[in-house]
Amino acid sequence: MSQAGRAVAPALVARGITKRFPGVVANDSVNFDVARGEVHTLLGENGAGKSTLASVLCGLYRPEEGQLLRNGAEIRLNSPRDGLSQGIAMVHQHFRLVDRFTVAENVVLGHKSLSFVLDNAAIEERVASITQEFGLPLDPRAVVGELSAGERQRVEIVKALYQGAELLLLDEPTALLAPPEVEKLFITVRAMTHAGKSVVFVSHKLGEVVDISDRITVMRAGKVTGSVRRGDADVRRLAELMVGREINIVPRRAKSPTSDVLLSISQVHLEREGAEILTDINLEGRAGEIVGVSGVAGNGQRDLAEVVAGLRMPQRGNVTVCGVPTSRAGALGARRAGLAYVPEDRLGTGLAPSLSMVDNLVLTRKRGFIVDRKSALRESEGFIRQLEIKTPGPLTPTRKLSGGNAQKVLLARELFAVSGARVLIVCSPTRGLDVGAVEAVHALLDEARDAGKAILMISEDLDEVMTLADRVMVLYRGRITLEQAGIDADLDRIGRAMAGLAS
Amino acid sequence: MNSNIWLLTFADAISIATTLILASLGAILTERSGVINLGVEGMLLMGAVTGFVVADSSGNLWLALLVSVLVGVVLSAVHAALTIGLRANQIVSGLAMVIFGTGLSQFIGKPVEGLPRPVIIRPLNFGALSDIPILGPVVFGHDLFTYLTWLLAAGLSFYLHRTRPGLLLRATGDAPATVDAQGGSVARIRWMHVIAGGALMSFAGAWYMFARAAAWSQAATTNGIGWIALALVVFASWRPLRAIGGAVLFGFTLQVPFTLQAEQISILPPTIVAMFPYLVTLAVLVALSTPRARRLLGAPKLLGQPFVRDER
Repeated sequence: MSQAGRAVAPALVARGITKRFPGVVANDSVNFDVARGEVHTLLGENGAGKSTLASVLCGLYRPEEGQLLRNGAEIRLNSPRDGLSQGIAMVHQHFRLVDRFTVAENVVLGHKSLSFVLDNAAIEERVASITQEFGLPLDPRAVVGELSAGERQRVEIVKALYQGAELLLLDEPTALLAPPEVEKLFITVRAMTHAGKSVVFVSHKLGEVVDISDRITVMRAGKVTGSVRRGDADVRRLAELMVGREINIVPRRAKSPTSDVLLSISQVHLEREGAEILTDINLEGRAGEIVGVSGVAGNGQRDLAEVVAGLRMPQRGNVTVCGVPTSRAGALGARRAGLAYVPEDRLGTGLAPSLSMVDNLVLTRKRGFIVDRKSALRESEGFIRQLEIKTPGPLTPTRKLSGGNAQKVLLARELFAVSGARVLIVCSPTRGLDVGAVEAVHALLDEARDAGKAILMISEDLDEVMTLADRVMVLYRGRITLEQAGIDADLDRIGRAMAGLAS
Repeated sequence: MNSNIWLLTFADAISIATTLILASLGAILTERSGVINLGVEGMLLMGAVTGFVVADSSGNLWLALLVSVLVGVVLSAVHAALTIGLRANQIVSGLAMVIFGTGLSQFIGKPVEGLPRPVIIRPLNFGALSDIPILGPVVFGHDLFTYLTWLLAAGLSFYLHRTRPGLLLRATGDAPATVDAQGGSVARIRWMHVIAGGALMSFAGAWYMFARAAAWSQAATTNGIGWIALALVVFASWRPLRAIGGAVLFGFTLQVPFTLQAEQISILPPTIVAMFPYLVTLAVLVALSTPRARRLLGAPKLLGQPFVRDER
């Protein structure tokens, strides 16, 4: 390559990157590049493969296929350390800091050319000069454990810069930040690109990335679905690229008109450590319908499920299950009132992994001193046949079952074995399952609806919500920002509401 | 007269503290890396008995000390191999070390049981300085290793807080994933410090043998000092210099029953008073078992947890 060609070569090019994990292709021949002084955003939903790509770019993951070119020359990265020696650093969503260390100690930890005896004064001075140059207000002597999320992120950025990073990958950098901190972060990002550094911004927040990005590349299901330049960035089009246009769904809706309100949530407020997690949630679940609650992960869905399940006590507001107030009754009280709960974490929270299917069924039965395993065994065998659960037998520990089969066991218990449960909460019921299992789980939920249960389905999988829900709601930052009948559900509007854009 | 006896008790406490400091410095190094070694008592016994046997046959103190340090290295290497290499439960492996060390030391020590010490570590001669009232016995009444131990504590404090490897060591106990992500080897750092810690522990046993014990006897030689050293680590918040103060305090409580007996003071039966350091040890070790207490006391955050790289 000529000298001139080298001069204009992008800072980093990724060609045909394929990265597989057991059971899933996280990146499917992805192409991506970033120029010097550019902010290039990777946009996509959770599980779209953005973080995987970023991990490949920084050397954390080795791709099965594809190549990386740094300033026009091919490079091989076997570890993040290799990435760092190429000037590539990643700031992870979950910070990798030592809480008990000071800012300066964290910044120099693992730095190659550090003297045996640490010259704290010199280190602190250098850290301070970096924080000033890039607008990252930080006290080098502050203990990291006492800093806010935004400050910790600054520590990570300073650390990367201290180690000589020229290309920074920021993985969901705004996920933990309050709006004013996001503003500060953007100032830093601009200062970095101004100094000729490149920034790859990984995000699922459509609204904010439009401002900061020079280019936006959208990923979905491990593939790049589109790429737009600054100025051409049309939020509507990006939302379409993100959510995916073609969804061939055969919707299943309630077959009989619904009337009885079995689940009622009114004016629920939940706070944790002073931060508002849920704000003024009002929701009704009627017999024979599925209410789908959608949203980007971390917007309060899980907390909502836990409030209804009696695992969390809201500061204000009421939850009633089959007419019985349960918001102060605890998990057992909620169950007694007629609630069944399928948590997202099916092995661990839902099922006891080391116990057999039989024992897991016994767990939620009426509490007597002596357990009746005989009838539970018969019941298990019935479920295995009926639901086509693939297991060596009803006495096999549930952890040995595949995700789909474990989910069937859990659904069987919550839907059929719990006597009298008329309200069901299901969280991400098909996450991580293969197509066949997804279909089976959906059929079970549909059947339960027809049997007159009120189902609250919390799912990030929009297709799932669109397929099953009779009513669709979107949670954004702990508020219900959209409510539509399932039949009228409009993918565009849902996508925008999920991204926090006013509809 | 009466105040004099308490002064001597205090001077004695400082002397006996040497073994406590050495053992707890060993435990601090080990635990700072994130590995807990409950086998301190076994290490002390093995250090003491192997030192005794070697000294008995060679008459050479230095050779005896060297051999007992090597024994500590070997034993702690076994613990490291089990807990770091094979990721075995650290508590179980540590307790196994205690049982193994107790049994093997009894076996090795059988032929020499009750024999007088072949060599003795004696206090240094400071001449007139030792005759200064109060200061003399308290400061100038000890042997070379006591002073070296104080220096070692200061040196390790500097190592932990002011050097690059010390920084990595502290990070390894608190956030091994962070160290790993930066290309540091968690396993290597842990191996090195578990072994260095084990060497100090068995050296502590050997010193006790030659400086404090009357004769080798499995039942009476270390008297549970290894367990006290473990409690001391918590008392010292995993800081080497703080271990000195705590060790003197524990040493004092170990000596008090003898003084009470000698002076025929009977506020409490001396056997009850003698229980005191062990009760404190028990309380501290129980308290240490709750995560909340560990955090408040400043324990290495991931103490006792094997490190497995999370590769999705």
